[in-house]
Amino acid sequence: MRRALLVLLVLTVVGVVGFADEMKYVTVMHGWPGEQAPAFQKIVSAFEDANPDITIIVEVVGRDRPALLATRLAQGNPPDLTPHPWIGTMKQWADAGEIVDLTGLVDTSDINPALVPIGEYDGGLYGLFIFPNVKSLVWYNPKEFTANGYEVPSSWVQLQALSQQILDDGGVPWSIGLESGAASGWPGTDWIEDIILRTAGADFYDRWVAHEVPWTDSRVKYAFEVFGELFLNNYVLGGATGALTTNFGDAADPLFLSPPAAFMQKQATFINGFITDHFPNLVAGEDYAIFPLPGIDPNATPDGSIPLLVSGDVVTVFNNRPEVIKFAQFLTSETAAGIWSSELGELSAYVDADPAAYANPITRQAQEMLLNATVSRFDGSDLMPGEVGAGIFWTGILDYVSGIDLDTVLSDIEAVAQDAY
Amino acid sequence: MAAELQPHGGQDSRRRTHIGKRIVVGLDGSVAGRRILKSGRAMARWFGSVRWNSWAFVAPALLLIGFFLVYPTIMTIIRSFFGRGTALFGPTVEFVGLTNWKYVFTNEIMLTSLRNNALWAILFTSCTVGFGLTLAVLLDRVRYEKLAKSIIFIPAAISMVGASIIWKFIYAYKPAHLAQIGVLNAIVVAFGGEPVGWLIQRPWINNLCLIAVGIWIWTGFCMVIFSAAYKNIPRALLEAARIDGAGEWRVFRNIILPLLGPTAGVVATTMVVQVLKIFDIIYVMTNGNYSTEVIANRMYKEMFNYNNYGRASAIAVVLLILIVPFMILNIRRFAAQEGAR
Repeated sequence: MRRALLVLLVLTVVGVVGFADEMKYVTVMHGWPGEQAPAFQKIVSAFEDANPDITIIVEVVGRDRPALLATRLAQGNPPDLTPHPWIGTMKQWADAGEIVDLTGLVDTSDINPALVPIGEYDGGLYGLFIFPNVKSLVWYNPKEFTANGYEVPSSWVQLQALSQQILDDGGVPWSIGLESGAASGWPGTDWIEDIILRTAGADFYDRWVAHEVPWTDSRVKYAFEVFGELFLNNYVLGGATGALTTNFGDAADPLFLSPPAAFMQKQATFINGFITDHFPNLVAGEDYAIFPLPGIDPNATPDGSIPLLVSGDVVTVFNNRPEVIKFAQFLTSETAAGIWSSELGELSAYVDADPAAYANPITRQAQEMLLNATVSRFDGSDLMPGEVGAGIFWTGILDYVSGIDLDTVLSDIEAVAQDAY
Repeated sequence: MAAELQPHGGQDSRRRTHIGKRIVVGLDGSVAGRRILKSGRAMARWFGSVRWNSWAFVAPALLLIGFFLVYPTIMTIIRSFFGRGTALFGPTVEFVGLTNWKYVFTNEIMLTSLRNNALWAILFTSCTVGFGLTLAVLLDRVRYEKLAKSIIFIPAAISMVGASIIWKFIYAYKPAHLAQIGVLNAIVVAFGGEPVGWLIQRPWINNLCLIAVGIWIWTGFCMVIFSAAYKNIPRALLEAARIDGAGEWRVFRNIILPLLGPTAGVVATTMVVQVLKIFDIIYVMTNGNYSTEVIANRMYKEMFNYNNYGRASAIAVVLLILIVPFMILNIRRFAAQEGAR
């Protein structure tokens, strides 16, 4: 009896040790509670099938992820890996030595070379830009455009003329939604960034993001004024109050009412999901379509191309273990990118992504823009320190739109920026 | 020890002397105390003493409070003199002196927060206490008292976040020519008005709209406390006053109000403490935009959004300093009320 027990004990110990030896775990925290979650799960399954000795533990945090991650980091218990859009915060993590420099650990040859530098900082590679979004898009209702004889504008002058024409015809040109709960204001920062790229150029944009030029600079002020003109000209549905109270996810809805309450909305590729969710019967390319926000000042974009504002999630690694690096490497692969884009119709950062593979004509168009853009820049507010890019820049937009004097708004932002950089 | 507890006459007299010796230990300590503690028996007695027992009973609570309240408070105060960053201390955190404190008392957004907290404290407290008292007295005379009180108390059972989301819908704004989904704007439009951005119009309309939500949640709570106190007033007292010819207002002013005074004090200070740390309503409905910022929301932003633990700590200490006097007042009043019972 005693011998039998001893044998059992030994077997158990061997079993546990052996099992623990073989199975490796990688913890991943992501912030996609919606339709992206099952798509990511498919990527995880594909990886686990190829690597049976590694188990990926996925944790989904929909709200307040920055807060949760900050506390987890403070107690020394971060996830192994997380996809996130906070490049500014990523730089702070890198400064504090909390994340892994992936130079030499992960081969980036599968990532679109234009997108790799977005994850670089201070000579190191801290983020793999894998899940891109294109921001400089205007969404419209082609059927209504045709019915009213409106044409897709290819220059800023044409866009202004179109806006005025819609207004004169008794319609409302733009629907803008700046409300986003605790993150309200961010859709306006996209407008400012797109306008700065088109009026002051990409070099100025980089210097502005790095705070090498002050917020009170006349070119920054001009960008705010161009945005503000939309409101002054009564081009916006519901005016300032309408923009401030409309949720960004609902801002496309007025385009598809009958008759349409507004004709255009500027938003990133992800709004596709909101449109199909709110109006399941709409057909991409027929009932709704996109055109790139046209250039403004030809001097800002000498080659005549349209600057592209992109955003999305980069993958950052907190713990340098072989299995974590292996998973990070897998995320850059054609397999992972293929699952992501075929499941969701999302854009792909894969170097040889084939636009023709997309069933959705809008995604195809955006993917072509992403591949062909000569000037592309990452969402500036995500590159700035949190106090600015996820703080005073957001509230500055809200203050400006709600009628606070622009010089006051800009000097308020500058004061915070002085302190934060 | 067990023997000591047996109520025999002979031992009883011995116990009395022991208690006397214990007092000697307690008061002059050293010489007499040491002599007694030398013997094991005396030590055993000391362990059975009132003083030891009370420490033993209080110790777990003291340890918990010390670890979860006193220690973090001290660390927070110290941290408020250090700069940005999420580390408590360490090489990445630098000493900045009074910089954070200067920010707290000079920065425009902080001044707005302090102003709004004062506005909340005054309006919210006076309205919840006023409405609670009025409802408690008036509903006492209604036939459907229980039903009416239950309905008014229901909001207290809803979470702050839930209530805030409900009211966000009530205040919802849609441009004039679209259908209004917010009740308030639907009413305004039905009477021929223009829809109002209730949560946008600064600085008064939006702050008042937010405070109204707080009042809606907490009035029921105040009413229930007042109602209980009111029902404790001897009916004979009110009857006597009425027979003596006092009008209803006179009865309320000169009898009910003075008797409810101590209750009102406790309720009011509780409400002030509630309101000084107000967070949920602001966070959910405006996130402090459009001049609706409050201290607690600012602290959350500095800490979790901007990773500036130094500033967040300074703001937290300000909040603590503001609340402590009201807590003391509250405890004193409560103790006085208990003592009077």
